[in-house]
Amino acid sequence: MTEMVVEASMALALGAKLCRPKVIPMYPITPQTHIVERLADFINNGEMEAEMIHVESEHSALAAFIGSEAAGVRTYTATSSQGLALMYEILPIVSGNRMPGVMSVANRALSAPINIWNDHSDAVSARDQGWIQLFVESTQEAIDTTIQLYKICENHEVLLPGMVCIDGFTLSHVCERAIVPEQEAVDEFLPEYKPKIMLDPEKPVSIGPIAFPDSFMEFKKQQQEAMEKALPLIGKVHDEFAKKFGRSYGNGLLEQYRMDDAEYALIGMGTLTGTARVAVDEMRKEGKKVGLIKLKSLRPFPKEELIKATEKLQGLAVIDRHFSLGFEGPLYTDTRSALYGKGIRIKNFIAGLGGRDIDIKRLKKALNDTINGKEGGWLL
Amino acid sequence: MALKEIRIHGRGGQGAVTSSQVLAVAAFKDGKYCQAFPNFGVERRGAPVQAFARISEEPINVRQHVYEPDYVIVLDPTLLEAVNVAAGAKDSGIIIINSDRKAEEFNLDTKAKIKTIDVTKTALEIIGKPFVNVAILGAFAAISGEITMDAINAAIDQEFAHKAKVGELNKKAAEKLFKEAKGE
Repeated sequence: MTEMVVEASMALALGAKLCRPKVIPMYPITPQTHIVERLADFINNGEMEAEMIHVESEHSALAAFIGSEAAGVRTYTATSSQGLALMYEILPIVSGNRMPGVMSVANRALSAPINIWNDHSDAVSARDQGWIQLFVESTQEAIDTTIQLYKICENHEVLLPGMVCIDGFTLSHVCERAIVPEQEAVDEFLPEYKPKIMLDPEKPVSIGPIAFPDSFMEFKKQQQEAMEKALPLIGKVHDEFAKKFGRSYGNGLLEQYRMDDAEYALIGMGTLTGTARVAVDEMRKEGKKVGLIKLKSLRPFPKEELIKATEKLQGLAVIDRHFSLGFEGPLYTDTRSALYGKGIRIKNFIAGLGGRDIDIKRLKKALNDTINGKEGGWLL
Repeated sequence: MALKEIRIHGRGGQGAVTSSQVLAVAAFKDGKYCQAFPNFGVERRGAPVQAFARISEEPINVRQHVYEPDYVIVLDPTLLEAVNVAAGAKDSGIIIINSDRKAEEFNLDTKAKIKTIDVTKTALEIIGKPFVNVAILGAFAAISGEITMDAINAAIDQEFAHKAKVGELNKKAAEKLFKEAKGE
């Protein structure tokens, strides 16, 4: 294992390399990240054995992803923002075909107005397309989660694709300390991919045929059952990783910070939860019993774990870095649905859209407003 | 040691982001935790840009912008006409300006201490080009005491591994400025 100071994008490239994907279809032009640039270097320098396919759009990147997965090899790609939006048509085809590849998404705002900065509107608005979505807080968590996600997705009980969601710029462009695991240890943890079905001339199958109304719903129900199986598996794989590598992130689905005696808490995803730890610490010094729930798995949504984590709470401030125009923050919708009838005061705060800073002050305001029975709102 | 926050002002193309990254690597070489990040702007050559760093003995959780820096590093003195480089600087803070003028000549609205050092002159002398972004870190090490000169040298070795010759020159310039700032 090597500890280094590394840009999160580079760290993700190193993490992806450790997973030994055989094919990396990618569109190299903005909104792309440095991740695939680094991977191209690794391949060029002979440090990595993989086929990089330079396609003409993100749409094609994900189409090539399907081809590669159908051929039965581990596949990786990365995108961001409008790039993910252009992939949208293909997202449910990958998941509906039960293809367990992994994609890194550097979360950035969707235009217009043109904006290149961080928020969660790209990934969160794609949450219904059958991909496992794990949001991370740090460079280290991004590496570790990538390795875990392949193992989760490729499990034959699951067979779903997954996204590792990292905050664009706010994490993707940050240099900080991270431990890069040894290849040997990763190989032991993540064995070679064994596809359940693949295109094979010896055993011909059709992948992606039509499903008539008499069978389509059954396919969708199976995808939901796979999501339900993924839920405990995310925790199991996380625990196994923690045991082997000595690093853990709550229970793999969500993480609790100073929640033992907390009466009020924040819930959010991604890097804002790092700053929220400091906000909680400061409010604790003021004598307020507050805590933090870092939601890592948006899909599948850990409803039972959230109910358990919030049992003793009086109030919960939900921080959404995305807004469902015409209604409310999607994380708020999910949280309220999960905690329906539990008697907890739940307030919605919209923050950090298009790169607006989510600072300690804003997070403390959200908590204080919730404590004081005020309404939520936009933390402009 | 508490968390220390550093803001670096430069112009697009001057290497402020590299400054922050070398600083972070140096902090790591000293066994500390660190963060370096750019101001996430749309960069144009010559436009005022900022980069940030955090250094701490403890793991760093906070990821908000740097609002109240302990240290400000100004790579180009002409920035003072365009940007309030002292904005938010802590009263106990230090502002290090690359300039051939005396600190007293800078009338900034701040209680932070102002230090000047002629990094451009040393860079031209040793590197042969006005590359000040890494050299100024020698002065930062001497003035702040937050990182050692050994760590700066080790960080330059690492970050300039693919351009070792430029790295050596930067090390030499940084060392000279370290001594100059120490008053040796």
